Amino acid sequence: MSRGRLLSKGGAALALLGPACAFARAFYDFQTPVTPIGRDVLFIHDLFLVIIAALFLGGTGTLLYSVYAHRYRLNRKPASFTGPVGAKQWIWAGIPFAALLFLDYVILGIPALHSILALADMSGSALTIKVTGRQWNWQYEYPTYGIRFTSTLSTPQDQIANRAPKDEHFLLEVDRPLVLPTHEKVRIILASADVIHAFWVPSFGIKQDAVPGYLRQTWVEIDKPGTYRGQCAELCGVGHAFMPIVVVAKSPQDFNRWVGREHADEAAQQAASSATYTRDELVAAGKKVFDTNCAACHQPNGLGIPGAFPPIAGGHAFAAAAPMISALESRGFYKNGDIVVGPVADHIRIVLQGIPGTPMPSFASQLSPADIAAVVTYERNEFGNHTGDAVEPAQVAAMKAGH
Amino acid sequence: MSATEHTADSPPRGITRWLYATNHKDIGKMYLLFGIAMFLVGGLLAELIRAELLTPTMRVLSPEAYDQVITVHGLVMVFGALMPITAGLANYLIPIMVGAPDMALPRLNNWGFWLLPPAAILLVMPWGLKLIGIGSGTIDAGWTMYAPLSIQSGPGADFAFIAVLLLGLSSTMASINIIVTIINQRAPGMTMMKVPVFVWSWLITALLLIAVFPALMAGVIMLVGDRHFGTHFFSAAGGGDPVLWEHIFWFFGHPEVYILLLPTAGIMPHILATFARKPIYGYKAQVYSFCLIGVLSVVVWAHHMFTSGMPTAANIYFMLSTMAISVPVAVLFFCWFGTLWRGAMSFETPMLFALGYIVLFGIGGLTGLVLSDAAADQQYHNTYFLVAHFHYALFGGPIMGVIAGIYYYLPKVTGRMYSETIGRWHFWLCFIGFNVTFMPQFLLGVAGMPRRIPDYALQFSHLNMISSISAFVLGASQLLMVYNIVRCIRGEGERASDQVWTGARGLEFTLPSPPPFHTFQTPPVVN
Repeated sequence: MSRGRLLSKGGAALALLGPACAFARAFYDFQTPVTPIGRDVLFIHDLFLVIIAALFLGGTGTLLYSVYAHRYRLNRKPASFTGPVGAKQWIWAGIPFAALLFLDYVILGIPALHSILALADMSGSALTIKVTGRQWNWQYEYPTYGIRFTSTLSTPQDQIANRAPKDEHFLLEVDRPLVLPTHEKVRIILASADVIHAFWVPSFGIKQDAVPGYLRQTWVEIDKPGTYRGQCAELCGVGHAFMPIVVVAKSPQDFNRWVGREHADEAAQQAASSATYTRDELVAAGKKVFDTNCAACHQPNGLGIPGAFPPIAGGHAFAAAAPMISALESRGFYKNGDIVVGPVADHIRIVLQGIPGTPMPSFASQLSPADIAAVVTYERNEFGNHTGDAVEPAQVAAMKAGH
Repeated sequence: MSATEHTADSPPRGITRWLYATNHKDIGKMYLLFGIAMFLVGGLLAELIRAELLTPTMRVLSPEAYDQVITVHGLVMVFGALMPITAGLANYLIPIMVGAPDMALPRLNNWGFWLLPPAAILLVMPWGLKLIGIGSGTIDAGWTMYAPLSIQSGPGADFAFIAVLLLGLSSTMASINIIVTIINQRAPGMTMMKVPVFVWSWLITALLLIAVFPALMAGVIMLVGDRHFGTHFFSAAGGGDPVLWEHIFWFFGHPEVYILLLPTAGIMPHILATFARKPIYGYKAQVYSFCLIGVLSVVVWAHHMFTSGMPTAANIYFMLSTMAISVPVAVLFFCWFGTLWRGAMSFETPMLFALGYIVLFGIGGLTGLVLSDAAADQQYHNTYFLVAHFHYALFGGPIMGVIAGIYYYLPKVTGRMYSETIGRWHFWLCFIGFNVTFMPQFLLGVAGMPRRIPDYALQFSHLNMISSISAFVLGASQLLMVYNIVRCIRGEGERASDQVWTGARGLEFTLPSPPPFHTFQTPPVVN
């Protein structure tokens, strides 16, 4: 039945061609590392893959040879040995295992140990930043410079919903990237506001969990200016795929210039907090804020998700767990099984403080008073809620300050 | 005749035969059918996942539904499919293989099985409830159920936690039964070192199970406490730590993968020896390897947590201990090769799947070596590289192994030969389909694609599409096995002889096919 044999060998070859090509291509698909750790990791990756490719090909080759040479159809008399016989055979049998131990602990283990120790060494950091993971964006803070901002996915909902063609950095673009200097060791302290997230930038070769209630740390020293993109790497809820990390690395001089500009912007934003806007201006700005920050849960059409996220539109039925319902009721947003439009002050307070014990987060540190004023105005005049209310930034700033 | 009275060859009739079953063959068959049904359910969920990932923004599932589907896919495949199938093989085969009339604790056996259908229903019931407007679906925090995400999950998660408790109870009961049977019920003359390899593999598996499942069950109870009873095990604000859950889960979770692996590592030598017409190579070495794997598997768990921020010393220790497991696993490979070498091989379907197991589980194991490097793991952890690794390890190993075992024993259990042609089609579609589905995922991981995401960046498009289309072929090919199983159960196909396979040895192949309802009521003589 040589046809069957041929088919079997052909099938085996086909099935192995895939893995063989893949092992080769794997070298080319890794993103180019720009940090010492990244380069170490790429070296280990390449070394490992060559070794395991050799082991795999050796093993599979032996298997295929045996399958061919020791077939029943050759009218063989099968052997009957059940183990190594004699010292020579025992030595031959022991060689693969000695080789494996050598591979594991010397060839692979020593570079690995070196990298682990290097990764744990935070000394000599020129700059420390704090990265806070939240559902579903990242907040970056430069304690030395007093700069703090939130970095949210900026891919439009239309592209995600397949209503518009996707741009090049689909799902890997943000409104405000993390800016870091090159050629300086930057210590990154990680925190989380809610659940476990993970900060991962493949080009940097680092990934570290952000654990709520605890601080974690890692470091990078970027050797080339450029834009580097990564994603959250720990399942954190429905927005897990939608909280990318974008790092723009600038030369130290450009970085200092950026810091200066940020301070200037901050001042401008303080001014905006006391400016007055028309209702239409607020609604237009509010739509942008809503789509970026609120639509993930409350949905772009404001109808929420039954049982989980309340509708923004008044007059809609909503049923959920008792704590959520009582929280909404006590704030005037729920009556007789329906969502209703509650008092303005309570509306602002919900956005500022969130609702503890539910997924509604506090936006006080993420959105400026101008943004909160805009989004509350938008919500109160859209989705069928025609309250005519216009909330000014000053009102929000006052509530934020504790009135 | 009353419901339970019967003679040696006439089992009780009607539904009570199955509901009140205490016969190990009946219970084994129920475990197998349940497990295979759950395998198809888990497979359907996998097809939904791959359909969602066919293009970057396919909207087969909303992100909420997607998270639930990936979670239930994992829970069903691990707890609903693989564990019951291996338990079914254990129940059916172990008493026969040791020459005992039945398992040591037949009523415990019954209860152990019948906990499973309610557990399965509980896992998926929240979806049914959602369809009629109650609740928001089932658990969505991944099969690893990390806190605090799982504490945020909706009420459907509690159904899953109760299901896990029931599954744990069931596995514990089955394991106790297996250990007692193996220790106590062997036929005279059958010393421990004469016991078939499969029996040894289940002895170690059962010991591991009763050692680590309580950890998961305790952890799940702690999760329920944090969710509903005001405890703070996993919340820093209350003095707890989310990473505590990770430790508890993986202390169970890593031995769990060896619990899934060892039974099929025990079947492999039987199948290879039969079709190579040679005795098993390295019986003692394999037995010692099982024991060593069992011991090592409980001290390596935190290699799943290299990015969670453990102290450096911990990362180094777990890396070094994980590398050590490669040695006993390599011994197993060596013995499988030794069994084949200079044999006289024929390539019936069980042999094809056994050979495929060696190749695919080999890839799974070798890529595990890469992952054990605590520094390099930063690039692989929670990416598609990891997804590919564990599918090669879990599908390429245990699933291929149970499929091989099913084909191997189908003629014995049903008394009919399956269709060899359909079996071969199944193997090739499965083997090629599996490789084309999962090999690209190694590349996706290396290129930077994280896991557990319903939409992805554009550079991952082509490999995802290839993977998805191939996944549909892989899934469809399993129906060929279902056809073969149904064919045999319905009594179609050639009658099988007692020995079934010319190279087969062992007590099970001295019995008729199918064996009578009660076997070895007089213990056989073993020399």
